[in-house]
Parts: sequence; structure tokens; C-alpha cells
Amino acid sequence: MSRFLVRRLAAIVPTLFFVSILIFGLQQLLPGDPAIAMAGEERDPSVIAYLRGKFHLDEPLPVRYGYWLKGVLHGDLGDSVRIQRPVTELIVEKLPVTIELALLAMAIALTIGITAGIVSAVFKNSPLDYAANVFALWGLSTPNFWLGILLILLFAVKLGWLPASGYVSPFEDLKQNLASMIMPAFVLGNAFAAVLMRHTRSAMLQVLSSDYVRTARAKGLDERVVVLRHALRNALTPVITLGALGLGELLSGAVLTEQVFSIPGFGKLIVDAVFNRDYSVVQGVVLFTATVYLSLNLLADIAYFLVNPRMRT
Amino acid sequence: MTLTARAIRFCLALVLAAMLPNAYAQVLRIGLAEDPDVLDPTLARTFVGRVVFAGLCDKLVDIDEHLKIVPQLATSWQWSADNKTLTMKIRPGVTFHDGEKLDAEAVKYNIERHKTMAGSNRKGELALVTSVDVVDPLTVRLNLSKPFAPLLAQLADRAGMMVSPKAAKAEGDKFGAHPVCSGPFKFVERVAQDRIVLERFANYWDKGAIHFDKVIYLPIVDSTVRLANLKSGQLDLIERVAPSDMAQVKSDSKLKSAAIVELGYQGLTINVGKSGEAQKNPLGKDPRVREALELALDRDAIVQVAMDGEAVPGNQWVSPDNTWYVKSHPIPKRNVARAKQLLAQAGVPNPSFTLMTPTTSDAQRVAQVVQAMAKDAGFDVKIQSTEFSTSLNMADKGDFEAYVLAWSGRADPDGNVFSHLACKQPINYAGYCNADFDKDLADSRTTSDAAQREKFFTDAVDHEAKDRPIIYLYHRKWLWAFTNKITGFRVVPDGMIRLQGLKG
Repeated sequence: MSRFLVRRLAAIVPTLFFVSILIFGLQQLLPGDPAIAMAGEERDPSVIAYLRGKFHLDEPLPVRYGYWLKGVLHGDLGDSVRIQRPVTELIVEKLPVTIELALLAMAIALTIGITAGIVSAVFKNSPLDYAANVFALWGLSTPNFWLGILLILLFAVKLGWLPASGYVSPFEDLKQNLASMIMPAFVLGNAFAAVLMRHTRSAMLQVLSSDYVRTARAKGLDERVVVLRHALRNALTPVITLGALGLGELLSGAVLTEQVFSIPGFGKLIVDAVFNRDYSVVQGVVLFTATVYLSLNLLADIAYFLVNPRMRT
Repeated sequence: MTLTARAIRFCLALVLAAMLPNAYAQVLRIGLAEDPDVLDPTLARTFVGRVVFAGLCDKLVDIDEHLKIVPQLATSWQWSADNKTLTMKIRPGVTFHDGEKLDAEAVKYNIERHKTMAGSNRKGELALVTSVDVVDPLTVRLNLSKPFAPLLAQLADRAGMMVSPKAAKAEGDKFGAHPVCSGPFKFVERVAQDRIVLERFANYWDKGAIHFDKVIYLPIVDSTVRLANLKSGQLDLIERVAPSDMAQVKSDSKLKSAAIVELGYQGLTINVGKSGEAQKNPLGKDPRVREALELALDRDAIVQVAMDGEAVPGNQWVSPDNTWYVKSHPIPKRNVARAKQLLAQAGVPNPSFTLMTPTTSDAQRVAQVVQAMAKDAGFDVKIQSTEFSTSLNMADKGDFEAYVLAWSGRADPDGNVFSHLACKQPINYAGYCNADFDKDLADSRTTSDAAQREKFFTDAVDHEAKDRPIIYLYHRKWLWAFTNKITGFRVVPDGMIRLQGLKG
């Protein structure tokens, strides 16, 4: 186990280095001079010159990368130009919001997705199975922003049950927090629930037709035990991988949802930063997200280990 | 319980009940269309930032509904005979939020800070101010290198905002994180992209005009969601309502709305000399082709289609209702036959050009309507949708033929035209350079006499209307919506939300 861990961890370092070059390089491909974008409507030449100097924009690319990398290695991701606060501070402020949103979305997706997947596998080709498939198709093909606005119009404007947008910290008021998060979490989790449902269904179908399940049934075990204890456990392996990758996807998918519901999280941070050409924020946030993604992958590998004994040999 | 005890309890209850309305804090929640940038008047760059400053930082002077300069922190002012010094009397007894005195020294410090701080966005606005003298504790004199009539209008904006010298010295370039000014509300906290909270400043010089205890600004970018929040009661007031939502607001009995024509404009900036591209295209090369393009356009229809009627057609850098509008140049009517004739004269019956358009929905609609209308006269317009920052960069390099570009507007007309059309100015994307026109603009700066300035601006419009480096299309309306309980909302063309007098 420890050798496996060390090997996986060692692989992350070069990957991150490569990712950092990619982030930095891709950002340079963004058209538009950040100094001009940041200089405001008047675009005073002296301000543009000042900004160029301050952010080393007139120096060669490798030199600028060097400055950035040096900062990153010292835990300094730079300052946001637009609001003049350290990027690390912004990340610390926004991350919990997006994590809460992603976890709630994941909880919703897992509950709906796995339940629907099991039901449609067990009752294959029944009306229940068709209903679950229709739901999955709907979930996959509904754009987030559209669903979001429809929910706002229904639950906030028409019925007045939930706040239309915004965010309240759970430490301030847990009830208000959940009220403001339920709609965005559903919107975000909805599409992923559909993916999970389809994967759970196919994995379950495969496992349910395998020999050991037949043996279990032949032993006269209760069908519930066969499905939930014997079949589901095995079928969940691919679903766990998917779940781990999905959490990363939910974190990045939060971009649109946060925009619609005005949730001050990671997604909103990066979208606004891209449009304002707030380079250090974009770089810092993307690098951080990449690190999270890689870590989740690692965690998924570890989870295989724990769930599936065959991999431990 | 004895009778006395009962009587005491009853009295206590009465007292408590009488105190309740006061104990309940009055909060005003305002929905903004964007998240403001840094809250330091010297470094600030955005329109939305100014909306927050209106609650936070008072200015030397303000503008009223009719764009007249009115006192705020300065009670009176006087230009010298040669228009090269401006003497201002400072309002006595004003303090900053941290208790520091706002006097002539503080004003001097602030003007110097605007002029010298690294990265200051005010340098250009105050470029002609050479020094500031403290005449007495409540009198300052601004000395100019040459006359500059628009200075007062600049002082009615961020250049005239005063911050506490003590706090500014202590915080340096981090001042924007905890701004200390002298406005009706003081800074409490800011969560980036979520909210800015201000609370009533007890020692505000005009505290009788303030009726809220707290103001919370919430940036909500999506206009539909912003309106949904107002309708569901989470917000009390929203700015920049989408024109397409106005019908909905007006039909809702729980909401009220307000509108006023902006100070800025929307127009087509044409590359007439910014780069070599200009001479390669008939539109940039030949003023007759530009005239034909203008004649092909029906501005009323553009306003209806692109802005749902929530704008006024225009053909100058100020709107037709503005006092500086030159009436001898009215909006030309659409005339396709004449446009075709002009194109024939220019020898290009079917000119083609690329119209660069930012990706905002109203700019896109403008481009599409222009494309369709120009086609009737024989133009072949290709639309090139370009993300805003990128488009600015291309404009700056002169890498465009025509560009749908808006300007947010300034109180003095100089702020709508000088940097945009005077030779070699930073945002003269058209690359227009006309010595006579430049002279008119320069002369208009030298006098504060309205009649004389009007004459110079009339001359300037004569040139602009002939050369057409910018074809002005319309002036948007600032649109606000608020709940029924809000009263005292002042509509001023600068689009700010003034909290003085606002009740709810």
C-alpha cells in the first residue's frame, strides 16, 4: 500500500509541473492585452505602462513564468489586480462555498443516480426502467442555466419558498444556507445523476447476470440481500471512479451554476477573472483546481484498494 | 403580583413598544449589475464602482438632474479671471469616517494623491492641475497650467472624492480593502463577488437626508436573476434593468421604475486613420461612403430592435435632450436612394466591410440591424463577434474596419469627445486627426462661459458630422426598478444611486 502511494504521489509532481506550464502558456494565448483590459474605460497610457511594469507584462514569456513559478513555490499566487487582494486569500474564501455546492450536488446526484440505476437494472424493461431512462435523458440534455432560471422563477418568484440567488454562510444561518443552496445543488447534480444512473444500471446488469450472483440466488438468499450486498458492492467499483472524477467535474461545472445563482464561489471567481484579464487569479485558480483534480484521482485509486480486495495483491 | 408591579410592567412594555421601530434596523439592499473593482477612488476604474462610491465617498461637488454643478464638500467656488486658478471653500465641520477633519489640507493631500499615486487613474483627469495651495483651513486653490473648463465636472466624479489622509497613509495601496471616506455610509465589509456592506455614518454632515441604517450592495450579473430577486423581496432596488424586462416591471403593481437618458452613447467607430487598414477600405478612405452608411440607417428602428425602445436615437456625442446638443445638426432621416447615389459617386456601389462587435447581446443586435439596413443601400457588412477585451486590443492596434462601441459618458461634453476624437488621444480608435477640430476642442476647454463653449462645440460638430469617424446611433437609458415602499429616488443622468433622500 505505501509503495503504491509513493509511486502515485511521485507521478503527481511532474504532472503538476506540466500543468503549470500549460496554464501559463494557454493564458498567454488569450487575445487581448491585460494591461488594456485592466486600465478602465479611459485607458490612460501612464496607467497601462504602470500595469505592464507591475505585472512584468513587457518581459519575455519564460521570465514571467519564472516569476510566477517562484511565487507559487513560496505559496504566493500573486494579487488580484481588480480588487487588490491576494489570490490565496480569495481561494480560501471561495473554496468552501464551491465545495459545499459540489458536495451537496454530489449527494443529490448519488442518491438519485444510484437509486434509479439499481431500480432500472432490477426491473429491466419495465415501465420503471423506461421512466428512469427518460429522466436520465432529460437530465443530460437540460442546460444548467436554463433549468436554473426556470427553478428561480418557480420557487423564488412564483411560490416564494426559496431565495432567488445569493449565498449565506452555514455558520451564519444553516437553514438559510440550505435554502439558498438547494436549487443550485439540484441544478448542478441533476446532469451528473443521469450519468451515474446509466453507469450504475449497466454495471448492475452485468453483475446480476454473473455466476456468483446466480450461486447466491441458488443458495436461496433473499433477493434484497443478493442485490444490495452481493451485486451492488461489485458494481460500485466503476461508479466510484466516476464519482471521484465527477466531483472534479462538479467543481468545474459549478462555473455556470454559480453564475446563474450569483453564488460567490470558485466558478464565479474564475469567470469574472477571465473576462477582466485578472491573470494571477485565473492562473492561481486553475492551478489549484488541477491539483484538486489530481488528488481526487489519487483518492479514487486508494478507494479501489479498499473496496476491491482483488487489487490488493 | 401587586398592582404596582403590574403598573411597572405595563409601563415597561409601553416603552419597549415605543422603542421597537427604532430598534429595527432599516436595511437597503441594492442589486448591482457587476462586482465593483477596487474601492479606492484614486485607482478605481469601473462604472459600477462609482455606484458604490455614491454611498461611501462624498465629492467636492456633485451634479444635479440638469447636469448643473452643485455643492457637496465644497460650498462655493470661483474661477480666476484667466481661468487658471479655481478657489474652493470647504464645508466647515465635516469629518471622515475615522473622525479625522476634512479641511483644506486634506483636500490638498487628496488631489496630490490622485496625481502621484502609482497606477492612479485620475492622473489624466487632473493633468493640468499643477499645484494645490492651502489658502486658509477651509479654502483651497487649484492652480492650472492652462485653462481647463471641464475640471469642475471631473471634481464631481472620482477625482473630487476625498479619502481620509490618515487612513490612506497607513494603508498605502491596500487602502481599497478598507476605504475611509466622508460619505453618508461607512465601510463595514466586502466579500468579493458577493456583497459590500456599509453602515450609516453618525456624524455625516447631511445626516437628516439619510434614512437607512445599513446598505448592502449585491452584485448579481444576470439581469433576469437580479429582477427575480427584486420580485421575490430579497432586494429593494436594482440598477440596469434589461430593456426587455421593463414591460414586466411596469406591469407589476408591487414595483416602481425610474429611467433617464445616459450621458454616454452607442455608436459605430470607423477606422479612418488608426492604421493602414483605414486606407484599404472604402469606408475608412472615403467620407462619402460613411455618409452613405449613415443614410442607410434608421436609428428609430435600431432603438426599437436593439433596445426595446429604452433608448433615444442620437447623432452626436451628447443626446438630443442634453444642453450641449448642437441643434443645427439634427438626426438625418434614412434615405436609401441618396445613400446609393453617394456610393455611385464614390465609385463603389457595393462596398464591403467588417463590423467588429463585442459579444454583449445589445451590441450584437445593433450589428445585425446595421447589417440588414446597410444591405438595402448596397453595403456588404460582415459581422465579427469578438469578446470585449480582445476587441479593445484589436481596436487599439487599429486591426478593424468598424467597431460597435459604447461610452459610459461624462458630465462635461469634453469627457465624451476629447480622448475619443482629438488627434493621437489614447482612446481615439478611429484614428481621427483634424487640426481644425482639435482647435475647437482645445478652445472649448479655455473658457467656462457656456455661450462661448457652445460656439466651439458647434464648430466641432460641424467637422465631425462631415468626416464621421464615429457614427453615433443612440443613447441608452439608465433603468432602475425598486419596491413600492422606496421613495425619494433621484434620477440623475450619471446613473448613480444617491442615498440622500432615499426612504423605504
